[in-house]
Amino acid sequence: MNLEYFFSLLLGGLTRGSIYALIALGYTMVYGIIKLINFAHGEIYMIGAFTALIIGGALALTGLNPVLIFVIASLAAIIYSAAYGITIEKIAYRPLRNAPRLSALISAIGVSIFLQNYVLLAQTSDFLPFPNLLPSLKFLAPVEHLISTSQFLILVSTTVVMVLLTILIKFTKMGKAMRATSQDKDMAQLVGINVDKVIMVTFLIGSATAALGGVLISSHTGQINFYIGFIAGIKAFVAAVLGGIGSIPGAVLGSFVLGLTESFGTGYISSDYEDAFAFIILVLILIFKPSGLLGRKENEKV
Amino acid sequence: MFSIKELKRAFLTSLWFMFLTFPLLVMKVNTITDTVIWRWMNLLYVGVGTFFLSILWKYLLERRDAKGSDSTKNPFNEKISKYMKNKRVKTSAIVALLLIVIIYPFIMSMYQTSIMTTALMYVVLGLGLNIVVGFGGLLHLGYAAFYAVGAYTYGLLFYHFGISFWICLPLGAFLSAVFGILLGFPILRLRGDYLAIVTLAFGEIVRLILENWNDFSFGPSGIANIPRPDFFGQKLRLAQVTNFTYFIAIGLTILTIVLIRRMESSKMGRAWEAMREDEIACQSMGIDITKAKLTAFSMGAVWAGIMGVLFAAKTTFINPASFTTWESIVILCVVVIGGMGSIPGVIVGALIFILTPEYLRAFSQYRMLIFGIALVMMMIFRPGGIIPKIRRSYKFSTDSKETQEGEA
Repeated sequence: MNLEYFFSLLLGGLTRGSIYALIALGYTMVYGIIKLINFAHGEIYMIGAFTALIIGGALALTGLNPVLIFVIASLAAIIYSAAYGITIEKIAYRPLRNAPRLSALISAIGVSIFLQNYVLLAQTSDFLPFPNLLPSLKFLAPVEHLISTSQFLILVSTTVVMVLLTILIKFTKMGKAMRATSQDKDMAQLVGINVDKVIMVTFLIGSATAALGGVLISSHTGQINFYIGFIAGIKAFVAAVLGGIGSIPGAVLGSFVLGLTESFGTGYISSDYEDAFAFIILVLILIFKPSGLLGRKENEKV
Repeated sequence: MFSIKELKRAFLTSLWFMFLTFPLLVMKVNTITDTVIWRWMNLLYVGVGTFFLSILWKYLLERRDAKGSDSTKNPFNEKISKYMKNKRVKTSAIVALLLIVIIYPFIMSMYQTSIMTTALMYVVLGLGLNIVVGFGGLLHLGYAAFYAVGAYTYGLLFYHFGISFWICLPLGAFLSAVFGILLGFPILRLRGDYLAIVTLAFGEIVRLILENWNDFSFGPSGIANIPRPDFFGQKLRLAQVTNFTYFIAIGLTILTIVLIRRMESSKMGRAWEAMREDEIACQSMGIDITKAKLTAFSMGAVWAGIMGVLFAAKTTFINPASFTTWESIVILCVVVIGGMGSIPGVIVGALIFILTPEYLRAFSQYRMLIFGIALVMMMIFRPGGIIPKIRRSYKFSTDSKETQEGEA
């Protein structure tokens, strides 16, 4: 129980939290706007990680500068995931926009099954080692054994993404349109907002941040397989619910609470039940405060 | 038939998909040996495939939108139900079906019988989940947990006390129902998406406990050497026991169908349906939502428990890997693709779902891929499933005391 152990757990928790936050943003934004749990969101994250692995692995053979390769691979992952995100929205969710919510949810499960098996068949079911492209830290001399480059990168890029997203939502025209659409889709359409475009942009941003999370965590853990999206997606969803689904600061707060709980739970209680912590938190929060930590209470209407 | 504009659009779609699938389908990187395998043929397949599919997709969407809200009606289905109203046709159909079912294991190989038993187990599981999802409208993603409860009931009770299959069968059902109520209580207030996610969490928690609580469940190694069902205390040979298990499955399937049909039209069943349509309106009509939800969960769980016991007896080995969330999702697929709320739909759905991959071995690795697509297409083009539910209407007749059933 020394201090160093505590700090490594704290950092581990913050790293996990950041990754959950990057994925949870997509869930919460999509839910906020079209009230759909995008079950396939975890798969988008997985596809981001795979794209980065493929592009990065192929470029590594050319002998380019590793950092440059990492940047190119991340960009490719972000572009591809965003493309997948908007394609899925167009094919599987748009035709169901006026259907019962159960239909859209089942359609999302279908997409999730499809994408997992698509990657499984196109690539492999084995764990693939993610190429090690990042140089080790030199500038944080006293604590460099505590924090790795990838952890540092995860914390920094999550912060940057959060700030950019806040600016986008609070101060730009698109952000205003998104807020309006999430409040009332029909009314937004009446005042001249292109709802289809807003939803597309939402999927695009959510998928892009998920892909970034996928690339960062794979370079941190060093291996990926086709199944990583499922459990990460569920946990990010738990984080979004924990913070209050639909609320962006809530998603970030929920992610950090979940990340820290898991990290300290596995560190001090038992590592066997690593995944169970998320589910137990989920059940508890839904029983005692269904609207989440920062969520608003919604009144039911008949 | 197709204008130039549409062809151009299909061409652009296929280009888009070629772009999308490029890194995943064309390149295969091995980061250990540092080699890249290029599979350019895949790009061609995707391009040509999506070109035609996008034309088909467009056509289907247009047809759906032109048809409007009446898309759940189906002339074929209505014809069948009209025939089925005729008593003589109905009885002879049932007798013929029974004959086929009884002869089946004697003319088919042991392997075929075994597959059929599995398919029948999914019929019952589907019908059980159908109570929760189809009748009650509660999306349940943790159904495999109840299946696990049944299987472990038999496994553990036999291991510790040597209790036989026939005693465990009702015990498994009972324990499963208890678990259904236990799950039901905390989530009474939840609905829709939240409910789906909590049931998923419940399923995962049960699986994680089974996997990690070694003293209780023997962890990932599971329980082996569970005996197959015995016939009045007599041990049977393997071929006989396969047939016997098949007949048990048939018996349980028939029992399930009869009981669920009765349940559907009972007061409880109608309360479930009202709950599915609108919870708040249903509550204001004086229906006890708490009771309706708890009965739906526990009645659904009963079948999973029974099938769990049968599963343990059939495979003689259980471990947590058989009860993952994917198992729940497969059962959900059976219900949704067959037709939510429709009993014949679920039966047909389960038979198609389990038997086709067995007979089309070449396609079996694409099984889940195809089911993923099928779920999406089903929701978009045929939300009612293969055999959609026919809504019953109940009339109060003045000349007899009973309420009569009619089909509207």
